Amino acid sequence: MKTIYFNKFYKSFNILSGILIIASLVFLVFKGLNFGVDFKGGTLIELRTDISSANITKIRDSFNQMNLGDISVKNFGNETDFVVKFEKQNSNDPQFIEEIKTKLSNSIGKVDFRRVENVGPKVSAELLRSGVIAIALSLAAMLLYIWIRFEWQFSLGAILALFHDVIITLGVFSVFSLEINLSIVAAVLTIVGYSMNDTVVIFDRVRENLRKYADVKIFELTNISINETLSRTIITSVTTLLALLSIFIFGGEILKGFSLAMILGVIFGTYSSIYIANPVLVYLKVNQRTIVKEEKE
Amino acid sequence: MLYFSKLRVFSVLIFTLIISYFTISNFTKVDDEFFSKNIKLGLDLQGGSYLLLEIDNEPVITQRLQSKVLEFKKFFRDKDIKVRNFVIENKSIIFDVENSKIENVKSLLDEDKSEINPYFQQYKSHQFNFENIDTSFKLEFSDYGLVLLKNSSLDQAIETVRRRVDEVGTNEPNILKRGNDRILVELPGLDDPGRIKSLLGKTANLTFQFVTINQEESFGTEKIPFEDGSGETIVSKRIILSGDNLADAKPTMNSQTNETVVSFNLDRVGAKKFGKATSSGVGRTLAIVLDGKIISAPVIREPIVGGSGQISGDFTFQSATDLALLLRSGALPAPLNIIEERTVGPDLGKDSINAGIMSLIIGFFLVVAFMLYKYRFFGLIANLALISNLFLLVGILTLFEATLTLPGIAGIILTVGMAVDANVLIFERIKEELKNENNSIVAFDSGYTKSRTTILDANITTLIAAVILFFMGSGPIKGFSITLGVGILTTLFSVYFIARLITAYYVIKNKHKEKLI
Repeated sequence: MKTIYFNKFYKSFNILSGILIIASLVFLVFKGLNFGVDFKGGTLIELRTDISSANITKIRDSFNQMNLGDISVKNFGNETDFVVKFEKQNSNDPQFIEEIKTKLSNSIGKVDFRRVENVGPKVSAELLRSGVIAIALSLAAMLLYIWIRFEWQFSLGAILALFHDVIITLGVFSVFSLEINLSIVAAVLTIVGYSMNDTVVIFDRVRENLRKYADVKIFELTNISINETLSRTIITSVTTLLALLSIFIFGGEILKGFSLAMILGVIFGTYSSIYIANPVLVYLKVNQRTIVKEEKE
Repeated sequence: MLYFSKLRVFSVLIFTLIISYFTISNFTKVDDEFFSKNIKLGLDLQGGSYLLLEIDNEPVITQRLQSKVLEFKKFFRDKDIKVRNFVIENKSIIFDVENSKIENVKSLLDEDKSEINPYFQQYKSHQFNFENIDTSFKLEFSDYGLVLLKNSSLDQAIETVRRRVDEVGTNEPNILKRGNDRILVELPGLDDPGRIKSLLGKTANLTFQFVTINQEESFGTEKIPFEDGSGETIVSKRIILSGDNLADAKPTMNSQTNETVVSFNLDRVGAKKFGKATSSGVGRTLAIVLDGKIISAPVIREPIVGGSGQISGDFTFQSATDLALLLRSGALPAPLNIIEERTVGPDLGKDSINAGIMSLIIGFFLVVAFMLYKYRFFGLIANLALISNLFLLVGILTLFEATLTLPGIAGIILTVGMAVDANVLIFERIKEELKNENNSIVAFDSGYTKSRTTILDANITTLIAAVILFFMGSGPIKGFSITLGVGILTTLFSVYFIARLITAYYVIKNKHKEKLI
């Protein structure tokens, strides 16, 4: 197969990544994330109605009259399904949901509540905390694993690639105000695993080649290794993306955000294994001694 | 080595077949008891309600302190120590001791075998921590004392919750402790939890007390409002009878007034107490108090000695049924707050299953087609590994009767996409080896050996993520981590035992063929 000179573009793509990370951080800090009821608390109602005149404005108006705080209404999948979210949560009052249903039926007609989620402030704070802990813990566990398996230069490259993927994925969610809920946390963790997986495969090859070719500079060596593993990288990304696209398109509305996050993660993860993890090895001037020294110890 | 012993081939085959049989048992009726297992569907797939309840322990703490004060009073009286000015304030008991006995009281509270401040010998912590300033003592629950109190009130509450849920008769409810002050209630198939919520939201503390307007009362009195909002009245603090003494309660029709009432039967102790109180109290008004509100206040016309009676109070048949149910199942030690609720209707669950299965089938065929296109015959081998992987994965989930959720199905689809990675790594490596090696058996062998560490590395990273999710995640997300984690294990098995077996067989048969892969 023809050799592709990935290493020619290390610098330009690093600059691009740098810009994307800064832009993501700016969005994350100033715009923030659109937390769902899992993390913000409140009530979510997914409703279906066969009344043709029902639309977002009408539903929002009738909810507005109920004094439930900040309300958001969105179509969910198709024209008859809507998701309504509002701040107020009163799960202790057994009539709370029932009353909303009655009022809604009076103003727009028969509705069917397909899903109700009601999360109190204490629980949402705990869920948010445990979500953050889970992500932090997984990053720490990866760091530990890679630190045991590889030399520190490799660890740094892999971890930077990880942060790159997680930050930009979250950045995209911030830019488009996509909802962050529990399943997004699961997606982020899986992205962490996938990104690491992808980087490790190339790094394994870099290390092997370092032993094999004593006189090849790391700049060339990373490119050789990327090329040698390239067809695997492409095939695995493609099969994973095929599976994820299938979830995204056919898996229903509930899994949309989850699969989208994963799709972004796989794309960024594949890109960062090549353009973040490898340049780091070049900048840190990894050579044969880097690994030989480790092995003597 | 590409060589497999007969025994190894045989055991791989048997193992795969047995596990796969569990997968099939999900779809067919199997007579054998061991094999007739099913994957449990999570609430998001079968529909149902998830409620997280939290006990409000404040009243229990106050109650416990009140009874502790009585204990202290008796204890020190018996020891001939004068204590006075008992106050309960900020969850602590404050009292004064005469000057000469301060050291005495200190040691009584502090000794290892303390009767009044127990637990030290058992748990290396007293029930109460105390401070002493001059003659004043201040006692507070120690961390351990608090934990014990919370545990016992949680145990009591969970029993009551279970009885109430059982009385409503929902389908296989799941009631679990969470931490030391929470109860998780899962009610499969229930799409309107309103009634259960209203039943769980009541402590159902029932007491009978005399109304004491214009009457001297040595126990002290309290003002209690009427349930229907028609003002309040003064009743004695003396509790004649409480819900604990109830043996049974049911809704009935009073034939004279044509009203729905709740009739109850008392246990023997209760019947005796009630008989005595009503005999001496003919003509007085009896307040029937439920959760701090008077639900009715009948006048006693004659002694009630039979141990049964009726509560009337503007009930509909439904509310009488609910009250009877609450009385039968007993009072909660403390109020429960519903802090999280998730309800999925049955048709959404069905839609989710359909969408999940649809995307699994499509994702599966896309991956299979792509592998065939990329690798031809070896693609077929990878696909065979993939199919057995799916059967193993679902089979193991069934064997352990794991709960399948919507994200769990996503985890299976993701496994399909990522599982081929290991075979791809191996095949690509073999291709490289074949460039410099003429003996195809050697090339295949070293292809497997050289890719092994990489494959392990790659899978361990995903496994780490899955394990962390398993411990940190809840509900549906846990389902995802289970399928993802088990999927990695079955992937490795299907690659190293099944695909490798077929590959080995093929390579040995065709070792002289040009361009094997």
